[in-house]
Amino acid sequence: MYTNQQPQPVPTSPEIAVAATESATRTLSGAEATLLALLAEGVDTVFGYPGGAIIPIYDALYDFKEQLNHVLVRHEQGGIHAAQGYARSSGKVGVVFATSGPGATNLVTGLADAQIDSTPLVCITGQVFAHLLGTDAFQETDILNITTPVTKWNHQVTDASEIPAALAKAFYIARSGRPGPVLIDITKNAQIQKADFEPYQPCNHIRSYRPQPLVRPEYIAQAAELINKAKRPLVLWGQGVLLGKAEQEFAQFIEKSGIPAAWTILGAGALPTGHPLNVGMLGMHGNYGPNVLTNECDVLIAIGMRFDDRVTGRLDKYAKQAQIIHLDIDPTEIDKNVKATVPVWGDCMETLPLLTQLVEARTYPEWRQRFLDHDAEEIAAVIQEELFPTSDELTMGEVIQHLNELTQGNAIIVTDVGQHQMVACRYAKLNHTRSNITSGGLGTMGFALPAAIGAKYGRPDRTVVAVIGDGGIQMTIQELGTIMQTGVNVKILLLNNQFLGMVRQWQEMFHDRRYSFVDIASPDYVTVAKGYSIAGRRVDTRAELHAALQQMLEHPGSFLLEVMVTRENNIFPMVPQGCGVGEIRLK
Amino acid sequence: MTQQPIDRQEYNITAYTENQVGLLNRIAIIFSRRKINIESLNTSPSEIEGIHRFNIVVVETEEVVRKIARQIEKQVEVLKVYFNPNEDVIWQEMALYKVPTDIIAERALVERLLREHGARAVVIRKDYTVFETTGHREETDKLLTVLQPYGLIEFVRSARIAIIKGSEGFHHKLREFERIEPGQEVSENDYLNSRDKVFTM
Repeated sequence: MYTNQQPQPVPTSPEIAVAATESATRTLSGAEATLLALLAEGVDTVFGYPGGAIIPIYDALYDFKEQLNHVLVRHEQGGIHAAQGYARSSGKVGVVFATSGPGATNLVTGLADAQIDSTPLVCITGQVFAHLLGTDAFQETDILNITTPVTKWNHQVTDASEIPAALAKAFYIARSGRPGPVLIDITKNAQIQKADFEPYQPCNHIRSYRPQPLVRPEYIAQAAELINKAKRPLVLWGQGVLLGKAEQEFAQFIEKSGIPAAWTILGAGALPTGHPLNVGMLGMHGNYGPNVLTNECDVLIAIGMRFDDRVTGRLDKYAKQAQIIHLDIDPTEIDKNVKATVPVWGDCMETLPLLTQLVEARTYPEWRQRFLDHDAEEIAAVIQEELFPTSDELTMGEVIQHLNELTQGNAIIVTDVGQHQMVACRYAKLNHTRSNITSGGLGTMGFALPAAIGAKYGRPDRTVVAVIGDGGIQMTIQELGTIMQTGVNVKILLLNNQFLGMVRQWQEMFHDRRYSFVDIASPDYVTVAKGYSIAGRRVDTRAELHAALQQMLEHPGSFLLEVMVTRENNIFPMVPQGCGVGEIRLK
Repeated sequence: MTQQPIDRQEYNITAYTENQVGLLNRIAIIFSRRKINIESLNTSPSEIEGIHRFNIVVVETEEVVRKIARQIEKQVEVLKVYFNPNEDVIWQEMALYKVPTDIIAERALVERLLREHGARAVVIRKDYTVFETTGHREETDKLLTVLQPYGLIEFVRSARIAIIKGSEGFHHKLREFERIEPGQEVSENDYLNSRDKVFTM
């Protein structure tokens, strides 16, 4: 039970911490038990912001500085997006600390983003003393009920003794099955309270939770039969391939079956962009071929993707001619938007090798040629001018093109939301998996800058480039302070068209050019960066572009490069809202 | 371009769950998010100690109910969800009626009321009498109509509880759930066997 006594300073010592990892039962505070649980789960980095209701955990953290790298962010939303970037680049669970009330509510956007994009997170929030729950205490908010729709699981702890089991469950749930965010709310009394703790036991079974379905060989056989009979098969893959860490299994399936494969923006990079069977991006601003030919294939094999409306366009005009094979670990996704002929329910790490065994080794030269023909059309109508413009003004596409030349496709590209995001996803060369980090489902502006910080912590060995627009950067620009203080090396590539470009494009195309509140003013970003001791440069001519990008990449620390691009450029191709994928427009 | 919903009927959703604070909300928002009204909701113990049973009634198409059932079952603390149209379940609702004793004793044929509606008197006091009846909605409604003219003071009806005719209970399934490695039993699913009625995972 909790006690009503006033908070007392908690004496902590590293000796206690070390001792607790051994086998004996130890007396610890709830705060210490929290941190030891994180260490036992292999956590090395935490993104957070202290406050009244989480002070005991921060107090304990004072003694864990060597073992746990805590990154002090400038806003809790920045903290959770950083944890998302960390999780997406590393494949590990991202961890966030926030205090009660506003600290906790500032996590909501990130939770919603992580929920819809299946990102494994464990968020630990402080809460007021248990005896104050429901009294409208200072910084009390009902964070469990606020976050229920945007978490895979959440739980409140009011007694220190519950902490290790709650965290063990949290990590297990966050990373297993279809991953997602978990929030654990710990009342202040539970953080302070002393209790006797057994050695930490990780969780590997919850009787009401079945993350790993048993694969049914009948489905694999049915799927293989359909594939082996197909004349024009098409694979659509999504983030499930990455989340299942099944990139290799996926490549083997594609290479044996010889089936052209297209990707959702969260699936980008699971197969290198240069792979001969990678036919490009799906969806509203995806490539011409995969969109048009979705409505001409005879068998559609969807792997770890959820038929989002931005991918399918109008559902009653989507792949009606095709037999659909849907591989997914989450049974709620099967038949949700598109009815599957053969549902293959399971982890693609398991199902793909079984399928590969049964499919015949084939090539589809004529069918493949159709994609190349459509590519040629798209290059002529859109890509050539975007990447190698003949006009004076810079395009977003040519910036990405120069970036590709310099990084050779080896950087992690983190994007925000809007036109620059579509350009980066369409044109960035990706040689490696987990190299495209973007807010796909929720479309959260302000995601990229903090997510890039987290991505760098997740993969310090890789170059991280945040591609951001002039709208999005102003939403979380305070995280420049995090970069300043930690010295984390993030390249910020700001594509400034002096508009909220995507909304402007819609207003131009669908609302008679009535540009309603899209003309957004910017500060002098290079000066702002300088204020945070971050090097920067602004370019607006083609002559400077390549050298400026090179300077950004070669600079020993973080660097902000602002590129002034043409103001009123539109992203094409485009499947207008309410249209089928076959109605994709090249202009 | 809203499509007219077709084949909407009453469905009885039965969920076996852990007994956990907050789970009711987690389940309720699955309905409210889709703007679906819950007609009736009952939570109770089940045949197994420690396992709770939700009975939820909605009027929807089978396709929508199937998707909802999957979403409920996806929640970490939900073990299993079934959904059935009315003909597949035995169901009951209970109603209580409070009427002034003097009027009812004077003007109604109480004995006939009790017999015809399967009702019984729970409390008889000098000032009021409380009748109780159990049955389907039409049955409890009928007695309500009958009692209205006699100065009905209060009326209340419980949520629906339902037993699935074809169910063998949850004991065996629970044993499967408690195993670390799932057997076929819990991994069976509606995609293969019977793309209808029962959803299990």
